[in-house]
Amino acid sequence: MRATFKGTPKGSGAGSMQALYAQLLVGLINGSFYALLSLGLAVIFGMLNIINFAHGALYMMGAFVAYFLLNLGGINYWWALLFAPIIVGIFGMILERTMLQWLTGLDHLYGLLLTFGIALIVQGVFQNYFGSSGLPYAIPDQLKGGMNLGFMFLPIYRGWVVVFSLVVCLATWFLIEKTQLGAYLRAATENPTLVRAFGINVPRMITLTYGLGVGLAALAGVLSAPINQVRPLMGADLIIVVFAVVVIGGMGSIMGSIITGFALGVIEGLTKYFYPEASNTVVFVLMVLVLLVKPTGLTGRAA
Amino acid sequence: MKTKSIASLLLTTALTFAVTGVASAQDKTVKIGALSDQSGLYADLGGPGSTLAAQMAVEDSGLAAKGWKIDIISGDHQNKPDIGTAIARQWFDVDKVDIIVDVPNSGVALAVNNVVKEKNGVYINSGAATSDLTNAQCSPNTVHWTYDTYMLAHTTGQALVKAGGDSWFFLTADYAFGAALERDTTAVVTANGGKVIGGVKHPLNTPDFSSFLLQAQSSKAKIIGLANAGGDTTNTIKQAAEFGIGKGGQKLAALLLFLTDIKAIGLETAQGLNFTETFYWDMNDQTRAFSKRFAEKMKNNAPPTMVQAGVYAGVRHYLKALDALGGNPHDGVKVVEKMKSMPTEDDLFGKGEIQPNGRTIHSAYLFEVKKPSESKGPWDFYKLVGTVPGDQAFTPLSESKCALLKK
Repeated sequence: MRATFKGTPKGSGAGSMQALYAQLLVGLINGSFYALLSLGLAVIFGMLNIINFAHGALYMMGAFVAYFLLNLGGINYWWALLFAPIIVGIFGMILERTMLQWLTGLDHLYGLLLTFGIALIVQGVFQNYFGSSGLPYAIPDQLKGGMNLGFMFLPIYRGWVVVFSLVVCLATWFLIEKTQLGAYLRAATENPTLVRAFGINVPRMITLTYGLGVGLAALAGVLSAPINQVRPLMGADLIIVVFAVVVIGGMGSIMGSIITGFALGVIEGLTKYFYPEASNTVVFVLMVLVLLVKPTGLTGRAA
Repeated sequence: MKTKSIASLLLTTALTFAVTGVASAQDKTVKIGALSDQSGLYADLGGPGSTLAAQMAVEDSGLAAKGWKIDIISGDHQNKPDIGTAIARQWFDVDKVDIIVDVPNSGVALAVNNVVKEKNGVYINSGAATSDLTNAQCSPNTVHWTYDTYMLAHTTGQALVKAGGDSWFFLTADYAFGAALERDTTAVVTANGGKVIGGVKHPLNTPDFSSFLLQAQSSKAKIIGLANAGGDTTNTIKQAAEFGIGKGGQKLAALLLFLTDIKAIGLETAQGLNFTETFYWDMNDQTRAFSKRFAEKMKNNAPPTMVQAGVYAGVRHYLKALDALGGNPHDGVKVVEKMKSMPTEDDLFGKGEIQPNGRTIHSAYLFEVKKPSESKGPWDFYKLVGTVPGDQAFTPLSESKCALLKK
């Protein structure tokens, strides 16, 4: 009586190949968000040794700030890409100065619990005022519409998300791995006392790093605002997956988190194509497998 | 010694029975439990608003003046059947709750249905969609208000097939509700000469639908039926617009859409969607007056959704039945029988009745979402396009598989 359907496509080989390309591209789009968020987490963990559970809430704040800028201040999407990360980044730096800095040297568990608590409070406050359904945020006029790639209709905005986040990810990697400032940062992580002895203000650098990681989360929030609803729980839904991405990629590895972010987006996309029911769990299955074989993650160094 | 203790036991038992017997005749205490999704994707369509609706129903009933003492407690089932049943059990066993209302999410609703029956409470469901509550899994303790999947299929679904939408592809939320809605709609589609050519089941609470939408797009079906709800539906509709579905000739069938969903999507994207509801705040003077009072007490000044309206109407009718009984017998079957024997009438749903299977019958309305230029206020979203009388909208008793009907 009841018809059941599998997600597996029917039809000719060529048609299925086209559908497969489309799913790969869609996976890449979701991967962009995973990459941006896991990058921020990796930066924070690498430099501050804090597992930032507030990351999802800060991502959500980025989207909300974009919404407020547009609806209260008339400031458009393009400026929001700049201002929202700065505003949320400053909020993050205040958090670091007032709370997180006291946890230096303590067990990871303390940082995790503190940031988790912060996330619950921030989400609760937003939910109290804005409900759970979310608020609409329109795609900017310049990026409306789409183009036909032959195998799929690609909304221009989604293409923009992939390109933009790739550029931001690579720029962050360059900043930390290839510049003088990045070298100071990495040195400060290895031996803060020694770096201080060279006359570098380590606590300020740590605060700025946290601000950078938080800014990346807020940036991802602005990027996702036109695609998803601007919802108080948008980050809570995503953050668990992103943590799995970070674990798979290796905690604290910058390039590892970028590559894993994009790769897992693609794998998830393929799952949605072949066996959609499992699309919410595939990342965690992979995480379990990776942890069993290589507990430090794919690119992680031994602790 | 032994005989003495047995005698004292018997005496105590007898006394207890005597005391409760006396109490039930004049007992005018009631405890209402509003069980809902308080913070997830269904929280805006039910949630705190449903608790408020129950409170207003108690205030408007005027029973307090007649010496009744009515308490309301609320709980968050988090869309998890195990949590829902645990709360329901605790409410009946520890908190002595008489009636559970709302309970959106069909999976949780069906699980709670069993608990209420086992504990002989009263269950007025408004938030859940599955037609099984008054069909295969009907219970003498349950009244299902507001809407169900059969009604949605036979209004929105049928209208679309008759307008030429004869091939369907389903995007279905992968749990009891999605399955029921897909099943009931498929029946309507095939009965009207249409065909279902494919479908995909997505997990509940999915943020990104693009993969599924691409599959729907390449299926070339004329209608993409959305057998999902709340945040899932709003995300699907928004992202479908992004992927140019609609411009390619395919039509989205939002089988279940709530006022709060339209608010979240925005009129720009939602305009022109056809769907069915049984209540809208801007129907007549009574609904407007109620909605104004309701919105003033809501945090974001939102008028009631049909689910919240159903909670209000359901609790009003329940209290009328208790009033007619002259006291609370704390016996769910007895109270529900009384509720079924009285015609329903309230400001929000008008006149109706509760069928022997527990289904409340009232009119259903076909709406179309207004264009942004037609909307005159922050919640002015719907245009009425048609009215379906209750006896045509809901499952006819002749088709119902409910065991209560065989008596």
